[in-house]
Amino acid sequence: MAAPDIVMYEEEFSQIKQIIAKLKLDANAKVVFLVDKNGQQIAAHGEIENLDTTSLASLTAGNVAATDGLARLIGEKEFSILFHEGERDNIHISIVAQRVILVVIFDERSSLGLVRLRVKKASTELADVFGRILSKVERERAVAGAAFESPFAEITDEDIDSLFSE
Amino acid sequence: MTFINYASREINCKIVYYGCGLCGKTTNLQYIYDKTNPTAKGRLISLATETDRTLFFDFLPLELGTVRGFKTRFHLYTVPGQVFYDASRKLILKGVDGVIFVADSQVERMDANIESVDNLVINLKGQGYDLMSIPYVLQLNKRDLPNVATADELRRVLARKNEPVFEAVASKGIGVFETLKGVAKLVLSELTKAG
Repeated sequence: MAAPDIVMYEEEFSQIKQIIAKLKLDANAKVVFLVDKNGQQIAAHGEIENLDTTSLASLTAGNVAATDGLARLIGEKEFSILFHEGERDNIHISIVAQRVILVVIFDERSSLGLVRLRVKKASTELADVFGRILSKVERERAVAGAAFESPFAEITDEDIDSLFSE
Repeated sequence: MTFINYASREINCKIVYYGCGLCGKTTNLQYIYDKTNPTAKGRLISLATETDRTLFFDFLPLELGTVRGFKTRFHLYTVPGQVFYDASRKLILKGVDGVIFVADSQVERMDANIESVDNLVINLKGQGYDLMSIPYVLQLNKRDLPNVATADELRRVLARKNEPVFEAVASKGIGVFETLKGVAKLVLSELTKAG
């Protein structure tokens, strides 16, 4: 595989959830969520009951990928912040640690300036957490070597067949 | 790049349907969407032109059930098939876990199929993947049309390795789930190796 798989552990997951919950509060936002660059949702917090977060995650990643492509065309490395302004709600998208996407949805109760300020602080904290996750994964792989015990090591054909039986 | 979440015990895999324009990628997704239990699927998102040609991608999240205590989700994507959307196609391959190549069986589309497979190899390489090692299956679509090449002929021209080959009529749903299952099997068994 080209890039290492992201593996999320309990400890870091709860740290991430804390950071985005605090960001939602500090930025006075409606929703804060975190997606990896491939469109997988990592965590979400806020008014997400009526929100299709899976689609949101995939479209956000598509949006960021397309914008990255645009950036490269004009000789930029990336556009690290995207902002979409709507009549009621706005979306602020930023890249954390060149690897994950932080999305903040907010309305007139907040402002772009406040969101940018709070996102900056939260981004630094999130980058730390993801740095720890990566080194943890690498450490575990190094220690375990080829014998790294995957929870999927014993998947059988029957397991896969049963996924498709309806 | 499979995303494994130990905290919520979930595993997410990304499958991409690749192939030349009008070969039936979106039709595959549409059939899966129509036939899947509403609780197991999300919304089918289609970023298409007014004439229903895929512009960026179609996206369908699918929840298949549990393997070894992990909730298994597949995110199915299609690429735009038309040659001039190559920049978009490259982006969608980012982080892919498995590829389904949908071939149009009609004789007159043979050249387009070949061009598209070659394009897939190049674009995968651009993302750091090798077709020879990535989970990959070949679907021979539109088997019901009158002017099709034989399955053997298509296999001879399009197969790049010893990949599983499925004959299909996506518009009627024939072979659609078999193909998806074929690639899912390869993706999940890849996990048993990679850890």
